[in-house]
Amino acid sequence: MSEPYSRPHVVELRGVSKSYGGVRALRGVDLTVADGELLAIVGPSGSGKSTMLHLIGTLDLPTSGDVHIAGHDVATLSDRELSALRARYLGFVFQQFHLAAGVSALDNVADGLLYTGTPLRVRRERAAAALERVGLGHRLGHRPHQLSGGEQQRVAVARAVAGGPSLLLADEPTGNLDSAAGAEVLRVLGDLHAAGTTIAVITHDMEIAEWCPRRVRVRDGLIVEDSGSGRAAPGGTGNGGPGRTAPAGRGGAVAAELAKGAGE
Amino acid sequence: MTRDRRPAPARLSPSDVLRVGAAGLRSRPARVVLSALGIAIGIATMIAVIGISSSSREELLRQLDRLGTNLLTVSPGQTVFGQDAELPTGALAMVERIGPVYTAAATGSVEKATVRRTDRIPEAVTGGIAVQAATTELLTTLEGAVVRGTWLNAATERQPAVVLGAKAAERLGITRAGLQVWMGGRWFTVIGILGPMPLAPEIERSALVGFPAAEEHLGFDGHPTTIYERSSEEAVEAVRAVLPRTVSPENPEEVEVSRPSDALAARAAAAGAFTNLLLGLGAVALLVGGVGVANTMVISVLERRREIGLRRSLGATRGQVRVQFLAESLLLSALGGVTGAVLGALATVGYALSRDWPPVVPPWAIGGAVGATLVIGTLAGIYPAMRAARLSPTVALATA
Ligand SMILES: Nc1ncnc2c1ncn2[C@@H]1O[C@H](COP(=O)(O)OP(=O)(O)O)[C@@H](O)[C@H]1O
Ligand SMILES: [Mg+2]
Repeated sequence: MSEPYSRPHVVELRGVSKSYGGVRALRGVDLTVADGELLAIVGPSGSGKSTMLHLIGTLDLPTSGDVHIAGHDVATLSDRELSALRARYLGFVFQQFHLAAGVSALDNVADGLLYTGTPLRVRRERAAAALERVGLGHRLGHRPHQLSGGEQQRVAVARAVAGGPSLLLADEPTGNLDSAAGAEVLRVLGDLHAAGTTIAVITHDMEIAEWCPRRVRVRDGLIVEDSGSGRAAPGGTGNGGPGRTAPAGRGGAVAAELAKGAGE
Repeated sequence: MTRDRRPAPARLSPSDVLRVGAAGLRSRPARVVLSALGIAIGIATMIAVIGISSSSREELLRQLDRLGTNLLTVSPGQTVFGQDAELPTGALAMVERIGPVYTAAATGSVEKATVRRTDRIPEAVTGGIAVQAATTELLTTLEGAVVRGTWLNAATERQPAVVLGAKAAERLGITRAGLQVWMGGRWFTVIGILGPMPLAPEIERSALVGFPAAEEHLGFDGHPTTIYERSSEEAVEAVRAVLPRTVSPENPEEVEVSRPSDALAARAAAAGAFTNLLLGLGAVALLVGGVGVANTMVISVLERRREIGLRRSLGATRGQVRVQFLAESLLLSALGGVTGAVLGALATVGYALSRDWPPVVPPWAIGGAVGATLVIGTLAGIYPAMRAARLSPTVALATA
């Protein structure tokens, strides 16, 4: 997606809070994500990670604070415009794969482009290309029940990236998978990142967090540590030290996990 | 940082709307069949009821067309004193003299005579068969047919010869000409048997002898009791107006004129109306079918909250989610409607052919069925579709 103007930040959160009735899920969060980053949002269960993902993904609106996604101030957009924003700039991967049963991998991925105004033939072409990218070029006609868990999640990843989103949001993408299948999915995410996709992975798994160049630690609705953007972005609000410069830099534990997955 | 250009949602093409609506149905075939069945039964019932009554109407109209509406009958009414009037003996000749009348005939009731198979059967057992004198023109005027033997002619109308109406022959058990029947104290030879006479059922139940024979052998007084005449179609009303005065210049009010085809026309008109009860049953089935579709859709929305959440995350607007479920509901009821229309049409054709009627399924009935189906699909889908569209994406995705 070529843009005629510069886009320093894909995500910009400023003083973002979110309350559910009495529960303050987020309590004033600042976060910027630059184009091309791979970051982990890590923290214990209930710390507010999913809430943050929902706000970044414009699936929900903050109680207070500013959310800018791909240069758009979310507060100024109508529900319809937010939907269009998601269709155009965002891709989601969830813990559950959310694949349509009885529908081929190809059509599951192609249907991910349904709301982008792309004709069916082009949707199928892009879907095939996306499945190729996640290493499932030979599984186009398979239905979800004919695929392993790792393969199903890779189909979901293909669906999320088929439209070339500015940002891929993954909420516990390996949460339902064994470590081998999890490594499969992480390898795909790593490859996509290497090819330029901006990715935010939510996890409570420290090993996966270690694997990411940048880690944002969340606790009780606050960012308690940010290892900082690997690509120096102007106005970065990270409160941690500078992160790794190369996406290839991976934690040893994940390396072991990846090795395990490779030996499968 | 805010762009001038605001993101605008892409429109779903009609074929994509269909695909998305159909996808929801394909994943639950058994439920789809069962909930479409209600609509199918309702539509089939209504189409069959309308189709069968239209076919029966069409049959009556064709019969009317075949028989013509230009036949008038003249019969005696009552005198001003409340007694039975009589037609003058010269009435037939007077009628024949009316310009537009091209054929006329008379029958006269032979009250005293009965017809029996043998003289051993008691006189009281008439089998409802009337003995009548008939002029030789009668067969032509009624455009009737002889199925066995011959009709009366100038010779046989003077002899003890009888022609039996179709019902009369059936009741007497006579199936061929040449047999003898016992009439008015002597044997008559059956020389012919007539075919059906839809415009003159009284002739079907008669034993007909010539006027001269009736006067000679059966004590007939020579007064005609019914005069049949045909004129050109356009002149029917004019002829009808002059008939009473022509037949009985002194007492025209004692003459009754009727048009036998009116009864058939009335039956044709009534053929549509008398099916209201069945039509009502069809409507009830349709209503129940609609409730079934609504129920299926509500359940479908409840079960597919995660799919709805996913679609919202993929960029579906509320409107697009609403359209998806409306399309699904419309497809579901259209499936029932089309199945029902086909079944109803087949039932109509089958029934009509078994009765030897022309099968008629009126296009308006098919149009009405399609319209009803669309209305039901929309009504049944609106509430579930609104619910689906109102669902917040995060809540939908959080569904276990
Ligand atoms: N829809 C909601 N309604 C009420 N409370 C919620 C809702 N979503 C999240 N919460 C609460 O907000 C807090 C953060 O939740 P969440 O963002 O899901 O945490 P995490 O993803 O880190 O486990 C939790 O206390 C959770 O119970
Ligand atoms: Mg969570």
